[in-house]
Amino acid sequence: MNGSLAFIFGLPLAVVVLFFALSAYERRRGIATGPGFFQRNGLAVGLYLVLAVGFWAFFIILLPQLAMVDMSFRPKLPPAQMGGPKDLYTLENYRYFLFGSTTSTAEWNWLHIKAFFLTIGVSILITLINFAICYPLAFHMAQSASAARLRVLLLLLILPYWVNEILRAFAFRVLLSSGGIINQLLMGSGLTHEPIDFLGADVGLYMGLSYAYLLMMIFPLYNAIESLDRNQVEAARDLGAPWWHIHAFIVLPHAKPGIASGCTLVFMLTAGALAAPLVLGGPRTLWFTPIVYDRFYQAFNWPQGAAYAFILLVSCILFVLVVLKAFRLSLGEITR
Amino acid sequence: MAAAVELEGVNVTFGDFVAVRDANLTIEPGEFFSFLGPSGCGKTTLLRTISGFIEPTRGQVKIGGQDMKGIGPNKRPTALIFQNLALFPMMTVAENIGYGLRVRGVPRHERDEKVKTLLIQVALSEHGHKKVSELSGGQKQRVAIARALAVEPSVLLLDEPLSALDLKLRQHMRAELRAIQKRVGITFIYITHDQGEALTMSDRIAVMNAGVIEQVGDGRAVYAEPRTPFVASFVGENNRIRGRVSAVEDGFATLDTPLGALKGRNPVALSVGQEALLFVRPEVLRLHANGGTSGFAGETLDVAYEGSVSHITLRVKTGQKVTASVGGGVPLPAAGEELHLGFTPEDGLLLALPEGHGR
Repeated sequence: MNGSLAFIFGLPLAVVVLFFALSAYERRRGIATGPGFFQRNGLAVGLYLVLAVGFWAFFIILLPQLAMVDMSFRPKLPPAQMGGPKDLYTLENYRYFLFGSTTSTAEWNWLHIKAFFLTIGVSILITLINFAICYPLAFHMAQSASAARLRVLLLLLILPYWVNEILRAFAFRVLLSSGGIINQLLMGSGLTHEPIDFLGADVGLYMGLSYAYLLMMIFPLYNAIESLDRNQVEAARDLGAPWWHIHAFIVLPHAKPGIASGCTLVFMLTAGALAAPLVLGGPRTLWFTPIVYDRFYQAFNWPQGAAYAFILLVSCILFVLVVLKAFRLSLGEITR
Repeated sequence: MAAAVELEGVNVTFGDFVAVRDANLTIEPGEFFSFLGPSGCGKTTLLRTISGFIEPTRGQVKIGGQDMKGIGPNKRPTALIFQNLALFPMMTVAENIGYGLRVRGVPRHERDEKVKTLLIQVALSEHGHKKVSELSGGQKQRVAIARALAVEPSVLLLDEPLSALDLKLRQHMRAELRAIQKRVGITFIYITHDQGEALTMSDRIAVMNAGVIEQVGDGRAVYAEPRTPFVASFVGENNRIRGRVSAVEDGFATLDTPLGALKGRNPVALSVGQEALLFVRPEVLRLHANGGTSGFAGETLDVAYEGSVSHITLRVKTGQKVTASVGGGVPLPAAGEELHLGFTPEDGLLLALPEGHGR
């Protein structure tokens, strides 16, 4: 038990040290510049921010996560035996993910592995779709829309999100079902003779997921593009650049931090989404988050669920870091 | 050779607001031409119309004899230097200068050659690899000029590019801009609200007010021979007195004013009985001038000594202030002293009261 206590309190400390080391490294390498945190906010406000964010980060985010990580390395035991002689660290939950058994490594657990990669792959796809939808809109809002138009657009974007996420998912289901409005319209207009199985083909899932996190993409993009000096766009045009060249070489490089933070948010949230896959997932599609959910609430195997959740989390973080590295962005930049 | 830029009846309106009204103008190839006017007079709108960012509501813009209607800024033979320069911060100095060539698909080696030449021309050959943010204000200015010149425009448009610089650098850049223009030989169209800039650099100046081009001419003409009261008071300092013409003779006219009869030149052929304004430059007023000259009498309010020149402010009996600038070496009056400032009729200028100004 002593060991686990040290684990629980030692790791946050290690993370803090790592964080400061990282920031010091970026500062020394000249990646991050500008006045220091306390210089900008004043001592009192700065201290409050550090304490409040620190508390939030450690006790609400980090500690529960660490408890999950700790649990994921333990066997499933009845409550009476927890902390007993049988409660030893083990990799069996991770073994189960890979091989479908806590002991044997003879066969791969294709069902879960496939679901995992499908989740990652589709999340990437959803992120790209979201970017493609949001970029033109964000550019219009940030660079050419009048103040009145901007207000209307913002309202139209935000209002639908007053509706609960699960309700929205069910609405998509009703809309796309074989007797739904869209199929009725298609058949009524003579375009098809039989209802199209949108839900079975996962169209509903993709639509629901894309829509669910649209705002997470549009606002970072909007913020980033909004800070671009309009004269730069005009200067490029004046120098003879066609519109696509301006976007590719002037707007996108400027908006890179916003694109990165928007894509990170959408990717992470999509990969971890539960409601949309549960409600809209086709019968043939096994998404990863429902599997995790089942580990907890159907199999009542919390350690295994924890291990699955941890696998998803670490993979997503690693993926995001690799992508950021590939686009030569530092972690500090995406928060700009 | 076709004129560099021709404006024929150009009108630009935004809703009800008329930004430019009936602009007719011909700018010759190789000319350094300035639009001078206060902010909001429509000079920037006119520049953006020439560069293609704004389509004229009425009228025609011709560049090199060719009608520019429907031709976008990226297809016009003009290059614009923005007030804030609008350099691309994520590119190096060399990439900035080469941008227009890259867009045009000029091969890399050719582009590099050209950029190198331009870097030498603007004395930045050591700085090609640097980021724009590492440069000083004057250096950024030169990058913007090089970037615009790289695409070999036939007309270079400059939108108050010196306004962000401090005084010393501004004066230095004036000379440099003029030298660059002489060297490359293309037409420069320069926008400014600073009469000093316009007078020192330009071959010709168009003075604009409220969307209207009031006068076009070389620096001497707009300073010494203004044709409208606005030009007379906007370009340089001027004292102005309102009155009614009482006599006309041979290029001169006498104005009845509350300060007595004052005589000046009459270039716009005012007739007897017309309301008019008399303009007298501070530097033509003489202290203690004796008979034979018109003049102002009043109490000395303030004497500002500036070394080579001193500015004397006089309050005449109507309460109006009259300023005189006198050279060094002249014995200066004390504040409160009664004084007479005189000028010869050749130095006074009579102009018609602008319309809508009558009371």
